[in-house]
Order: sequence, then C-alpha cells, then structure tokens
Amino acid sequence: MNQKSQVQTPLTTIVSLSKTLNPECVQLLRVHFPQVAASAGKSLPEKVKIVEVGPRDGLQNEKTIVPAEVKICLIDMLSEAGLPVIEATSFVSPKWVPQMADQVEVMKGISKKPGVNYPVLTPNLKGFQAAVKAGATEVAIFGAASELFSKKNINCSVEESLQRFEEVAKAAKEQGVAVRGYVSCVLGCPYEGKVAPGKVAQVAKRLYAMGCYEISLGDTTGVGTPGGMIEMLEAVKHEVPVEALAVHCHDTYGQALANILVALQMGISVVDSSVAGLGGCPYAQGASGNVATEDVVYMLHGLGIQTGVDLAKLMDAGAFICQSLNRRTSSKVAQAACKL
Amino acid sequence: MGLNRVHVHVGVQLLRVHFPQVAASAGKSLPEKVKIVEVGPRDGLQNEKTIVPAEVKICLIDMLSEAGLPVIEATSFVSPKWVPQMADQVEVMKGISKKPGVNYPVLTPNLKGFQAAVKAGATEVAIFGAASELFSKKNINCSVEESLQRFEEVAKAAKEQGVAVRGYVSCVLGCPYEGKVAPGKVAQVAKRLYAMGCYEISLGDTTGVGTPGGMIEMLEAVKHEVPVEALAVHCHDTYGQALANILVALQMGISVVDSSVAGLGGCPYAQGASGNVATEDVVYMLHGLGIQTGVDLAKLMDAGAFICQSLNRRTSSKVAQAASFQAILQF
Repeated sequence: MNQKSQVQTPLTTIVSLSKTLNPECVQLLRVHFPQVAASAGKSLPEKVKIVEVGPRDGLQNEKTIVPAEVKICLIDMLSEAGLPVIEATSFVSPKWVPQMADQVEVMKGISKKPGVNYPVLTPNLKGFQAAVKAGATEVAIFGAASELFSKKNINCSVEESLQRFEEVAKAAKEQGVAVRGYVSCVLGCPYEGKVAPGKVAQVAKRLYAMGCYEISLGDTTGVGTPGGMIEMLEAVKHEVPVEALAVHCHDTYGQALANILVALQMGISVVDSSVAGLGGCPYAQGASGNVATEDVVYMLHGLGIQTGVDLAKLMDAGAFICQSLNRRTSSKVAQAACKL
Repeated sequence: MGLNRVHVHVGVQLLRVHFPQVAASAGKSLPEKVKIVEVGPRDGLQNEKTIVPAEVKICLIDMLSEAGLPVIEATSFVSPKWVPQMADQVEVMKGISKKPGVNYPVLTPNLKGFQAAVKAGATEVAIFGAASELFSKKNINCSVEESLQRFEEVAKAAKEQGVAVRGYVSCVLGCPYEGKVAPGKVAQVAKRLYAMGCYEISLGDTTGVGTPGGMIEMLEAVKHEVPVEALAVHCHDTYGQALANILVALQMGISVVDSSVAGLGGCPYAQGASGNVATEDVVYMLHGLGIQTGVDLAKLMDAGAFICQSLNRRTSSKVAQAASFQAILQF
C-alpha cells in the first residue's frame, strides 16, 4: 500500500477538511453527487477480488481444444497464484461447447485450495444437478440485458431465461449452493446496438432478488467506454448494493482497463478477468476478448490495491496455457516480461 | 438537519475551489475537447525495424492530415547515423502537403538539427529532456542539466526566428535504468523547459510502466510548476496501462494527448513488447466519452491500415483489430 507523502497535498487534506465540515454536509454531497466521491485518485477500494474466468470463459472461446489434464494443471497453477475465485468449467451440453465436454473430469481433478471458490456455469436445472453431483459448491447463471442477444444466444427471451434461472436459484438455495449472476451486453449489444442502463438495472435486480450473491456486469463485446460504464453503474447501483456488483470487461476495443478504473472509482471492488487474456471475441474475427488478468493485477498493484495475487506465478500460469494452446499471450504485461 | 440546496451548493463550490481533484471525479469535468498529437510518423516509425521510403512516410502524413489530426510529428532532424529511419528528413519535410491549421513539429536534438529543420521548412520543433539522469546519460550521453543547456540554445534560436518549441520529458513514471522517478524531478525538468519558452510540455511514460496512481502523483507535482493547459501526456502501452493513465490525466485537467497511429513503435527496452498507445484506441475512448477531437476515426484507421501494410506488420490498435466487426458502436 503506498505511503502518503509527509507533505500535505490537496488529496491528503481532503480527509481532514471533510472532518471539519458538517458530516451530514459531506454525506449529502456524496449522495447527491456520487461523482464527487469518485474522484481521480481517492476512494478506490483497498482490496479488489479478482474472479479468474480463464479456464471457462477464456478456454470456451479458444479454437484449440485442450485435454482435461491441461485444464486441471492451469486451474491448480491459478490457485497457487493466489486467485480467490476461479471459474472452473461449464455444465452446458458438450454438443454446444465441445471445449467443456470434460467438465466432470476437470471438476473432480482439480486440487481445491482452501478458501478459494470454483464456480461453474449452469445454464439450466439439468446442468445445475450435474454440477452439484460433480462436487460444485458455487454456480453461475447468465442473463442478458438485450432481448436480441438472448434470443440469438440461448434461443429465448430475457424473461424466459430469468424464469429458467429462478429454478436453478431455488434448487441452489435448497442445497446450500452459492449462485453468481452475470448480465451480458451491459454497455452494448452486437445485434441491438445501444443498451439502456435501465434494462441492465432491471435484469441485475431480478438476479439479485432471486438469490445471486453477486452480479457480474459484462461488456460482452468490449464496445463500452468509461462514460457508458459510469452511466450504467449509476443505474444499477440504485437496484443492487455496490458490494454485490462486479465488472466483466472485454478488451476488444482496448477500453477494458479504463472501464475497470472508473468502475473502481464508483465503488466496485470485484473484477473479472482472464489469464493471458484468453478467449477471443466470437463477434469480431481476430479481435481480442477478455481483459488479461496480468494487466489488471499490474494496474491494481500499481494503485496500491491488494489482490492477494502473486503476479509472477500468475504469469507462469499464463505462459503454460499459451504454450498448450500454441498461441501468443494477449497480456501486455506478459509480453513486456523480458524487460530490463 | 436544516440542510438545503444552498448548503450543498456552497459546499461543492468550496470543495472544488480548494481541492481541484475533487472536481476531477469519475465522469464529470472531463475536457470538452482534446488535442491529439500524432507521433506515428516520427516516434512510431523511428522504433520500427523496417525502413520505409520517403514516399510512404509522405503518404502516411498526408492521410493523417486528411483524418483531421491537428498536430502530426513529421520527422526528426537527428543524424541519420543514429536513426537511419529518419535519414530522409528533408525529403519528407518538403514532400508533405501541409494542411492549413495543422502543425507539423519535428524533433531537433541540438542547434545544428534546428537549423537544418528550419531550412527544410519547419515552423515548429520539439526538444527532449529526461527526468532520469541515467536515462539521459545512456540515451544522449550527457546529464539532464547539460541537455537542458543544449536546448536553451535551440529555444533561444527558435524564439528569434518565430519557431514554436514543444518540450518532452521522458521517464516521468519510471526509468528502465533507475526504476522509480521522483515526481519532483519531473516537475523541475518540466519547469525548466516551460521557462525556456516551450509552449507545451509532453510528459512521457517512456517504458509504459506507470499506473494511474503514479500518473496522478506526478501530475500533481508538475501542475504546481506548469499550467495544466500547457501540459500533455505521452503514454506508452507496454504494460497495457495507457488508456487508464490517459483517463486519469483527463480527470486532472489535461487536454492534450500524444498517440501513434496503429500503435506504431515498439518498446526499445523490452523485446517484442508494444510501445506507443494507438491513436485509434485513444480516439475511440474520447469519442465514447463525448469529447471532441476533430478526428475522423474511419480515415484514421485507413492511415493505420496503409502504414501497417507498408511495414508488413499487424496493427497494435485493438479498435483496428476489431474493425471487421460490422457495427462499430459509437456512443
């Protein structure tokens, strides 16, 4: 954590000033002008939880199929690197997602590190039951903020998908399984274009109400820019407490770190990312997808924010999976790793 | 409680006056306009292995002019011995179509380079100081102070001849040799350059190691010595931090950003790593934020595609990579 300089600077004296101001006045300012609290440097979280989605979201979008042993080794390396949450696999039909066909083998093969969560994707009740049978203690469900995207992706409306997930959430509650909710297309849709922040907020609210402990807001095609992120988060924060929100930014247009930064400024403290930036964008041939965990961690550590992640071990995991996939890393930090 | 809108209004004003950083909030008080200084033809090409002929450089610069960039760093009047890519400096300077209202600064490391630049038609020059002694020694074989004295000569001659001078400070967020760089040192060098007549000081994160916290700290120090309107940021994307660093700089009042079309120019200090931030990606972010740049993104991408083809390399711009995506959504 960076030590503040001995010399008083405006940034360091704001705290003492706010103590002399009427505290209700400061609160009023913060309530009426959330942007006032979210300043350029202050009020960033002390800690950020990183949700590592490489083994699932990342690999799912890679052309090369890797065997279960490689996935297991990757996940174990990521556990060793200190990541607190690692999305391990997906209980979808192998017909749709061949990469995840070894879901049971992977789930049973990984060394579950104490204190680390290993959520798995479950698109429906059937998937949920298979996941629990394979030892899952946390599952993830995906809603979309765009009707067209929902139709094209899972062949049903947003409402129908939410009803499907209500079943999963109910079963999960009964069996003591935690549920994480995802909302796709929060900053734009490849089919619909602009997505209304209010729609994102509605879907997030439904997921939260049905029992999701956390809602991850995904810029699925990476089109979002910081202004859109702020607008969207303002709407969602009205419906879901900020502590229960996460951002899942894609770096397809290079905007991910800037978007994550403003999200942190708005009080978000959970960030999804993918080791080595695994997972291209299925909507833009040859374009990148997930933001690279190494690059996120580099920024967070540089900001003095704790993550619990060992960057060197993380880069080892990234190097390993890239070698297995026979592809170059998408992480800029990893690319620069042979610096002076 | 007795609080009302008056209390709130007064409170906010008080905070904003005393603590400008409070005004630099997550979304508000970003500049309405940002001036982009395109450094691809010089800083970018200088760090590319493939030497491209003068015609290609001229064509690139003309395409960039057409794309609406207000400032385009055209070439460098250094000795061709040191920088072979810039050997055609005179031919390029004389060959480009200078669009009215667009500036075409050129690098001039010393008085000799300055004189050659002016002879070739330059009306604006750029000089480079460093915030790190070791970097200065290794890069131009003299101390920071000696380099500043050398630049005083250039600045003096420029003033006499009505030539504008832009100052650069390297290693503002870290040095490949020294490591951490004190914000106070950056501020000192910026102050000297400004005092000798530079109309603008571009603060360069030369190896891209900086992160937003360091950017804020450094800018706070420099803003004490140089008015923010005279400051620019020159961020490298070697560690993927450039856009986040640029964003906080905007939040702190900066409204001039250097960038390189297609992200031309790798990092000379890290084999295979990227260097300059891509202009396309910067413009995409700025336009998405509702900030005006005067740049036509489509024409800019054409210029990027052109130079990448000539260099036989893939673009480093993520926006350009995603360009095959049918609907490039602009908000």
